[in-house]
Amino acid sequence: MSAPMTAANSWTIAAARDALRKGEITATDLTMACLTAIDAGDDLGAFVHKTPEIALEQARAADARIKAGDAPAMCGIPLGIKDLFCTKGVPSQAASNILRGFKPEYESTVTTKLFDAGAVMLGKLNMDEFAMGSSNETSCYGNAVNPWKVDDRKLTPGGSSGGSAAAVAADLCLGATGTDTGGSIRQPAAFTGIVGIKPTYGRVSRWGVVAFASSLDQAGPMTKTVRDAAIFLQAMAGHDPKDSTSADLAVPDFEAALTGDIRGKKIGLPREYRMDGMPAEIDKLWADGAAMLKDAGAEIVDISLPHTKYALPAYYVIAPAEASSNLARYDGVRYGHRAKLAQGDGITEMYEKTRAEGFGKEVQRRVMIGTYVLSAGFYDAYYNRARKVRALIKRDFDEVFAGGVDAILTPATPSAAFGLGEMSSADPIEMYLNDVFTVTVNLAGLPGVAVPVGLSAQGLPLGLQLIGRPWDEGGLLNHAYVLERAAGFVAKPAKWW
Amino acid sequence: MSIDIDTARRVAKLARIRVEEADLPALAGELSGILTFMEQLNEVDVTGVEPMTSVTPMRLKRRKDEVTDGNIQAQVLKNAPDAREGFFAVPKVVE
Repeated sequence: MSAPMTAANSWTIAAARDALRKGEITATDLTMACLTAIDAGDDLGAFVHKTPEIALEQARAADARIKAGDAPAMCGIPLGIKDLFCTKGVPSQAASNILRGFKPEYESTVTTKLFDAGAVMLGKLNMDEFAMGSSNETSCYGNAVNPWKVDDRKLTPGGSSGGSAAAVAADLCLGATGTDTGGSIRQPAAFTGIVGIKPTYGRVSRWGVVAFASSLDQAGPMTKTVRDAAIFLQAMAGHDPKDSTSADLAVPDFEAALTGDIRGKKIGLPREYRMDGMPAEIDKLWADGAAMLKDAGAEIVDISLPHTKYALPAYYVIAPAEASSNLARYDGVRYGHRAKLAQGDGITEMYEKTRAEGFGKEVQRRVMIGTYVLSAGFYDAYYNRARKVRALIKRDFDEVFAGGVDAILTPATPSAAFGLGEMSSADPIEMYLNDVFTVTVNLAGLPGVAVPVGLSAQGLPLGLQLIGRPWDEGGLLNHAYVLERAAGFVAKPAKWW
Repeated sequence: MSIDIDTARRVAKLARIRVEEADLPALAGELSGILTFMEQLNEVDVTGVEPMTSVTPMRLKRRKDEVTDGNIQAQVLKNAPDAREGFFAVPKVVE
């Protein structure tokens, strides 16, 4: 295969890897193409801290490695990094004012692994504050904007990894890191017509990733294709002694798992995911996806996950509870913002003013909900009950997989991307409903991937989600690969930025 | 479960987030709405179910309790809003 004829920033990771190894392009030229696209893409609000000097230095180093014949798959590949990852000497704010000016003295395990593999960091990407949001509208940097547009409205790229999704969909980079606590990789991937995988909990180290809800958080890649997701995940995954929940398991070759053969595999369609009021086009997309997998030789079976409807309320107890504990560290003492104090203010006023100024509204709301459900007298009624329901949700999945199901197919989102600001007056719960199909996967710790499958009647991307067995990202990606090929989604947003 | 203004004030205090008196009614309303949504969980029969603590049935790794780093005082203090003479500085705590 020779190098694609399109601008290098629009290439896939796989195509760029092959072209780099053949000497058809240098990492420096590839990086320059992305940096140019990034500078022309400021209207997307995707990159919030650009790091061109670091990128070019890493690209030159990658070129030297490639020349010396030492080129891992990600060597010379220009990436965007979500602002949630701590990157040494580079602002890492989790899109929050409370971390304004924070430059970590250390590098997250994920970015360390990527850099060791020769990857290039173009800059930091926009997101919802502390990854709390489904529209990228809670960011201290302002909104990220979906490159897809059907009228004069600006649309959300989804959230929380909205900047990552916008950057990849608009070809500002070849791939981006995301994180997913309740759907924050998969929902934005679906809204922007790209691929995003949340690995099994414990597959990717959380060390150096700003914590939101530690029992749910997991990092993963956001890419243009399923093959790219396999290559990128390979470089992120693996045991890390610095994260006690990271699994000490061998990482299989994910790209080699993409055989395109799913004959005889059993795909479950959970009946509880057929929600009241679900748009007809989402229902049709789901049926179309099932037909594609069936045509590829899989067996489609109806399954039941009876506790599905309790996943969102359980999530909105557990995640804020963990967040209220994790975010206690932002006290104005060790890093980030400290409020200006009045005469006579003591340490309590310092905490209270610092946190009132530093945290945005949604973060404050969730910290307070978490504080309430953990407080004396309510711990059992809310937090422990939610953890019991979580056990039942996981058991639903365990039973389905024990029954021989290889993967589960569901819609990724209840709708296509909506307009920025359209949900601002709505009840917070309306926004939470965006995660209805994705949040169960985090509660059960399973791998889940969003794949673009079609366009809405309006012309916006729609995705389906595949859910896999624990630790079977390889098999899951193979199913996604079959779905991707059958769907043949090649649409790109028309450039307006 | 409806949250009254006193409870909202108490939660804000526990969370160490300053909320102006005038904003408490709206906060109480929002928190009540979210808690009402959570109340669906009461429909579930959880008799005999253990609260989930870990998504994977694996024992947390143990390591030797030994010092693996240190002597990085300057790095530790580098991002502090106020650091003096090798310490984090805060308003007076003890009268």
